[in-house]
Amino acid sequence: MKSTLKLWFLPARGAKSGPHAPANGPLPMLELRGVTKKFPGVTANDNIDLEIFGGQVHAILGENGAGKSTLTKIIYGFYRPDAGSIWVNGQESGIRSPRDSRRLGIGMVFQDFSLIPAMSVVENVALFLPQQSVFLSRRETYRRVREVSDRYGLRVDPSLRVDELSLGERQKVELIKLLLADAKLLIFDEPTSVLAPHEVQNLFRVFNELRDDGYAVIFITHKIREALAAADMVTVIRNGAISGTAPRGDVDAKSLVRMMVGESLPEPVTGGERPAKEPMPAVEFQDVWTVDEAGTRGLTRGLRGASFRANLGEVLGVAGVAGNGQQELGDVLLGLSPPRQGTVWLFGEDLTGRTTGQILAAGVGCIPEDAMGMALVSQMRVDENLMLGQMSDPHSGFWLDWDNSGEKLAESLKGFPLTLAGGESMVGQLSGGNVQRVMLARELVRRPRVLLACYPTRGLDVLSAESARRLLVGVRDQGGAVVLISEDLDELFALCDRIVVMFQGRIVGEFWPRDPLSPDPLSDDAPPENNQMEEIGLLMTGQ
Amino acid sequence: MQNPQNLQNRDYWATLRQAYGLTLDATAPPLVRSLLSVGLALVVFGLFLVIIGRDPFDSLVTVFQGTLGSKVGMSEVGVRMIPFVLTALATAIPARVGLINVGGEGQLYIGAWAATGVAIHLGTGHTWLMLPLMAGAGLVGGGLWAGAAVLLRNWRGVNEVITTLLSNYVAILFVNVFVFGAWKNPDGFGYPYTSDFESAAIFSTIGGTRLHLGLILPILAIIACYVMFTRTRWGFNMRAVGGNAEAAKRQGIPVAKYLLVAMIVGGGLAGLAGMGEVSGIQHHLRPGISNNLGFLGFLASWLAGHNPVTIIAACFLLALIFVGGDVLQLSGGLPSAASLILVGLVLFFVLGFRRPVRSPT
Repeated sequence: MKSTLKLWFLPARGAKSGPHAPANGPLPMLELRGVTKKFPGVTANDNIDLEIFGGQVHAILGENGAGKSTLTKIIYGFYRPDAGSIWVNGQESGIRSPRDSRRLGIGMVFQDFSLIPAMSVVENVALFLPQQSVFLSRRETYRRVREVSDRYGLRVDPSLRVDELSLGERQKVELIKLLLADAKLLIFDEPTSVLAPHEVQNLFRVFNELRDDGYAVIFITHKIREALAAADMVTVIRNGAISGTAPRGDVDAKSLVRMMVGESLPEPVTGGERPAKEPMPAVEFQDVWTVDEAGTRGLTRGLRGASFRANLGEVLGVAGVAGNGQQELGDVLLGLSPPRQGTVWLFGEDLTGRTTGQILAAGVGCIPEDAMGMALVSQMRVDENLMLGQMSDPHSGFWLDWDNSGEKLAESLKGFPLTLAGGESMVGQLSGGNVQRVMLARELVRRPRVLLACYPTRGLDVLSAESARRLLVGVRDQGGAVVLISEDLDELFALCDRIVVMFQGRIVGEFWPRDPLSPDPLSDDAPPENNQMEEIGLLMTGQ
Repeated sequence: MQNPQNLQNRDYWATLRQAYGLTLDATAPPLVRSLLSVGLALVVFGLFLVIIGRDPFDSLVTVFQGTLGSKVGMSEVGVRMIPFVLTALATAIPARVGLINVGGEGQLYIGAWAATGVAIHLGTGHTWLMLPLMAGAGLVGGGLWAGAAVLLRNWRGVNEVITTLLSNYVAILFVNVFVFGAWKNPDGFGYPYTSDFESAAIFSTIGGTRLHLGLILPILAIIACYVMFTRTRWGFNMRAVGGNAEAAKRQGIPVAKYLLVAMIVGGGLAGLAGMGEVSGIQHHLRPGISNNLGFLGFLASWLAGHNPVTIIAACFLLALIFVGGDVLQLSGGLPSAASLILVGLVLFFVLGFRRPVRSPT
C-alpha cells in the first residue's frame, strides 16, 4: 500500500533522481532538476534544470512574465514547486520556506526591498542576523557592517535611517545584510531597475569581487546588454521554459534575442531623421513650482522651478530617476494640480484655470507610469476602458450610444499594431502586458498632438515594445510633440531628438543625442562608456 | 483528473466540491452563494429556536402563513420594502462612486421633516399637487443634508463615513426640536406629534391593506437608477469614478462633482423614503418614525453588492424577516429581538462567503 501510494505521489520526472554532477567536475552549489510550477491558467516554470556554481555570476535572462521571478522565488522558498527537486551542495534541500533557504546560505535581494524605512542601517542589519543575543550589540554590528562594506566597496553610512537612502544605497544595505548572514548564493531580482547607469557599473564590479571570493551570484534581468556585461553564464527563459544556457563567450546579442523572443527581431526602432522644420513650441514650462520654495530640502517630491520646452515634431526625452518630479510634471500638464508658481503654456496659451477635460480636448494625451493605478478601471471591461477615453469629448451626449461608439472605436483601432485582449474581458484579469497595451491603444487612437508618456514600454514583451516605440515616433512624424519620460537611457537615446535631465524637480541638463559628433550609442562598440550617457547618468543622480 | 498526480494537488477537494456545485468560494454563482448563506442562517436560527424551547418547523409554518401565505401578510412585506429599497439605493448610488453613506437614517428624517413642512404649511387640498410637492421636498431635504458631507470631503478631506454617521443624530434631534416645539399638535394631549395631514397629503392605500401608493416611489427610483447606470454617460462616468477615481480624473471626468451629485441623489432617495413613511403610514411627523430604516437599507445595499436590481431581492428578504418576526412575536411571545438576530445571522453568512477581494499578484 505504502509503496503504491509513493509511486502515485512521485512526480513523473522525479524518477531521474539525484544530481547529475559531472563525474569529475566541481559540485554545483545549487541544482534544480525538473522544477515545474503552475498557477491557474499558466505554467510559470516548466521542467527547469539549472546548475549554479560557486565563483560564478549567472544571469537569468527573459522577458517580463517569462517566469524568471517565479523561479527565484522557488529557489528562495517562497513558492513550492509542483514537481521537481532542488539540491544544495549535492544534498536534496527540502526547502519549504525562506527560513530554510537562508539556513542553507541562499540570500535574495528583492526588487522591492525588505528593509524597515524608519530604522537605521545598523538596526536593519541587526534585525536580520541570526543568533543574536537578547541585547543587540550596536557597536559590534556597526563594526561588521563597516568591514563588509569596505571589503566590497559598498559605501553606505551605517548610522543613517533607511528612508534617507537612495534606492541604490538600499540595495547595498540588502547585500550587506545577506553577506553578514553568511549567504553564499546571492540572488538579485532585476537589480539594475532602480539604478542609474554608473551605479550599474558599480554593481557589476561588486559582482566580480563576489565571484572572486567564491560566492555564487544569480541575477535576473531582461536586458541583454547587462547579461553580456556581467555574467559568466547566461540562461534564457522563455514562456516558463529554459530556451538556452551558455557561457558568455558562446553567445552574442543576436543569439540571445533569438532565445528570448523565439525569432530574430526586426531592426530596432529609432527616431531616425526628424522632419526638419522651424521648431514650433507645443508645451512650455516656465519656472514651475509645485512645492513651496521652503520645501527645498530634497525630502518632498515635486517641481522646483522646472523650465523646458517641447516642440511639435519632436520627441523630447526626460531622463531622471523616478521620484524627481516626473509624476508632478504630468499632473501639472493635465491640470490635475495647479502649479504654485510659474506658468505652463500649451500651444501658446496659458493653462492656468483650465480643467483636465479642456486640456485633453485640446489634444493632450498622457500615458501615466502605472496603468492599473492611474489609467484604467479594473472592474470595467476592455471596451469600456477604451470608451473612457472619449468621455472628455465635449460633443459626446448624455446617452451612451454603445453601437455607434463601438463602431467608431473599432474603426480607429483598425491597423493598430498592438494586439488587444477581447473587449469583453475585465481589465483586472489581464496580464501586465495586456493592460499596458489597452492603455496605449486608448491614448494613441485619440491622435494626441501632445503626448506625455511615462515608461510607455514597461511590462511589454520585446516585440510589443518595439511596436509601441514605433507608435510614439509616429505621433512625432504626424507633427505632434512627444515627451518621453524614462529611466532607460537606451530607449531615450534610440527615440529622442532631444533629452533633458531632471533632478529634484528641475531640469539640470540638455543633450542632443543625434548630434553627429557623438558616437552612435547603439552600435556594439560604443555602449555605456558613451560620454553623453555617462554624463546624463551622473546628472540624474545629482553629481 | 485521470492523472493520479492530481491527488497531490491541494485544490483537489475544491475541484470536487465545485463539480457538485457545493462550493461557496469565489467561483460559485452568486445566486447559489446567497441561497446557501441564507439557508445556513436559517439553520443556526432554528437551533436558537430549539434552545429557547420552540419548534423551529412549527415557527416556519407560522411565519409563512403570516407573510407570503396571506394577502395581508404579503401587503405587509410590501409596506416594509418601500423604505428599505429607497434607503438601500441611498447607500448603493454613493457606493458606485466609492462613497460610503452611513447617513440614510438622518437623511430619511430630514426628508420626512421637509415633506411634513409642506403638508402642514402649504395645504392646498389637491392630491396631485400636494404629493409631488412633498416628494420634491423630501428629495431636496435629504439630498442637501447628505451633500453637505461631500462638500466637507471635497473641501477639507473629511471622511464621509464619519460625517454621515454623526449627522444622523443631529437630524433626529433636529426633527425633535420641531415636533416637541413649533409643530406640536395643540390637540395632541401633549404628545410630541404634529397634527395629522390633510387627506390630500396622504398616499391612498390599496385593497384595504396598509400597502400605499408610495409604492411607485421605489419602483421609479429603481428604474431610474438602472437606466442611469446602463445607458447614460453620467452612470458610466460614475462607475469609472468608483472603480478608479485617479484614472477617471486623468480622463477629464470632474470627480469632485460626481461625488457630490451621487451623494445628493442618494440622500434624496433616503429623504423620499421619509416622505413615503409620513405620507403613507404615519400621516404625521413624530420622533422615532424610522426605527432604523436607514441602517437596514445600508445593510441591504451591502448584501446586494450595491446593485440596484439585486437590492430588490435583499430588501424582500429583510422585509420578510421583519414581518415574520412580528408574526412570531404576536403568535407566541417570541422576543422582538428575534428578527434582529436572524438579520445578523444572514449578514454574517452572506459577508462571510463573499467573493474575496483580489490581491494584486
